Amino acid sequence: MKTRFRPDLGWSDVTPRAMFMNRRRFVASGLTAAAAFAAGPAAAKLDARPSRYSVAEEPNSLEDITTYNNYYEFGTGKGDPAAAAGGLTTSPWTVTMDGLVDRPGDYAVGDLIAGLPLEERIYRFRCVEAWSMVVPWIGLELAGVLNRVGVQPGAKYVAFETLLRPEEMPGQRAPILDWPYREGLRIDEAMHPLTILATGLYGEDLPNQNGAPIRLVVPWKYGFKSIKAIVRITLVADQPVTTWSTMAPHEYGFYANVNPEVDHPRWSQASERRIGSGLFGGRQETLMFNGYGEHVAGLYAGMDLAKFY
Amino acid sequence: MAAADRVNGWLRKVPAWPLYVLGAVPPLWLFWLGAADRLGVDPVKAVEHRLGLWGLWLLIAVLCITPLRRYAGVNLLKYRRAIGLLAFFYILLHLAAWLVLDMGLLLGQALGDIAKRPYITIGMAALVLMVPLALTSNNLSVRRLGAAGWRRLHLLTYPAALLGALHFAVQTKTWQARPLTYLAIVVALLALRLAWTRAALPLLQRRSGA
Repeated sequence: MKTRFRPDLGWSDVTPRAMFMNRRRFVASGLTAAAAFAAGPAAAKLDARPSRYSVAEEPNSLEDITTYNNYYEFGTGKGDPAAAAGGLTTSPWTVTMDGLVDRPGDYAVGDLIAGLPLEERIYRFRCVEAWSMVVPWIGLELAGVLNRVGVQPGAKYVAFETLLRPEEMPGQRAPILDWPYREGLRIDEAMHPLTILATGLYGEDLPNQNGAPIRLVVPWKYGFKSIKAIVRITLVADQPVTTWSTMAPHEYGFYANVNPEVDHPRWSQASERRIGSGLFGGRQETLMFNGYGEHVAGLYAGMDLAKFY
Repeated sequence: MAAADRVNGWLRKVPAWPLYVLGAVPPLWLFWLGAADRLGVDPVKAVEHRLGLWGLWLLIAVLCITPLRRYAGVNLLKYRRAIGLLAFFYILLHLAAWLVLDMGLLLGQALGDIAKRPYITIGMAALVLMVPLALTSNNLSVRRLGAAGWRRLHLLTYPAALLGALHFAVQTKTWQARPLTYLAIVVALLALRLAWTRAALPLLQRRSGA
């Protein structure tokens, strides 16, 4: 693993706002940009501390991150979420915590995360479609939330569910996927310190098209595992049903760890295109576990990753 | 069909060669937009996909020429060669965009993908079928092959268009309306040919029997 971690990453390392706003002629693309900003609640600086898990790579611009999204609840085009997510009501927001937990219930998202430390996590993000970005998330470790509700010993997996609200999520009016979107993690994956619930981006509240108000980020797995707009987290004993692995089981597995050696049946996963690198950016090699192997490879010791893809 | 006659009258005055000049403009414009970082967040996909889509449009346009003449009486036959050649060049540029911009000239991986990934295999097959068509799209070849032989060779347009539309439809993560619509249009245009052949068959048989 060639990953270098810099424990001293801070705000000075993030592309200054003026720069990322300018990068692609903010005024020229005024409409999309306006939609992107209308989508989020009033800009409020989030108080987040730097993390030793941040990578020392330049983050993508806010424009890259907020206008190039896979979020089929708002349409299948990359620009659809930025155009359509503005109408989603994200406050109030309730997350149901249930299953094998000591304190099940419907929690207001603010209560669920209150007092837990917010960190800035600059993570590589690798989509199963073989493109990638670097995203300065603001979030908290999922383990903190799970511990807060009390995980019972029988819980072996965590199941997540996205909001089902077709009147505000136009993509859900067509049976593109089996709504609501579902994802899941093994309990040790869920409790891993790299696994976060993100509530912000670039120091501000998460824009709607990026999964506001709260989404999962699991940086060593393909992006589709990082479920957005979470309304339910259920601790369960058996491996839960997940949307893509049900829809096309030979193409998408439950684990979906980034793995350059295991190809998607329809395309290679050996390399990736870094979004934001322009017309002549070319490709870069995809790293095992997206470069997070030193932290997570142990979770899969002895497993055949070609079988459990 | 007075209107069609009038259109045909105008068309007699419009030569085909400006199509080649006009046809060169969109790819150049697209490439310039991409190089100037004005194609959004993912200029590579924008260039690659648009070239492929335009190529498919042109193939569909080629397939529309005979039905237009049969059903509307509008004769665009003299533009067919130019449109067909432009389709070939657009799709060649689409391949070049994939190889150079998308794959970053990782030739090993690209060749592997052509062999292993059905949607890429299908797309490559469509382009390969178009090579003899492009090479024989000139008067000399028509004379050499003879009208019947040339026409038989150019039936390859049909599988090329079908594979091209299929290549578009099978690469998305889910079935999507737009590629499926293009596939349906191509299938419908090819079904017309089948219907015409069927209708002509008894006539031909009667003739050969006489």
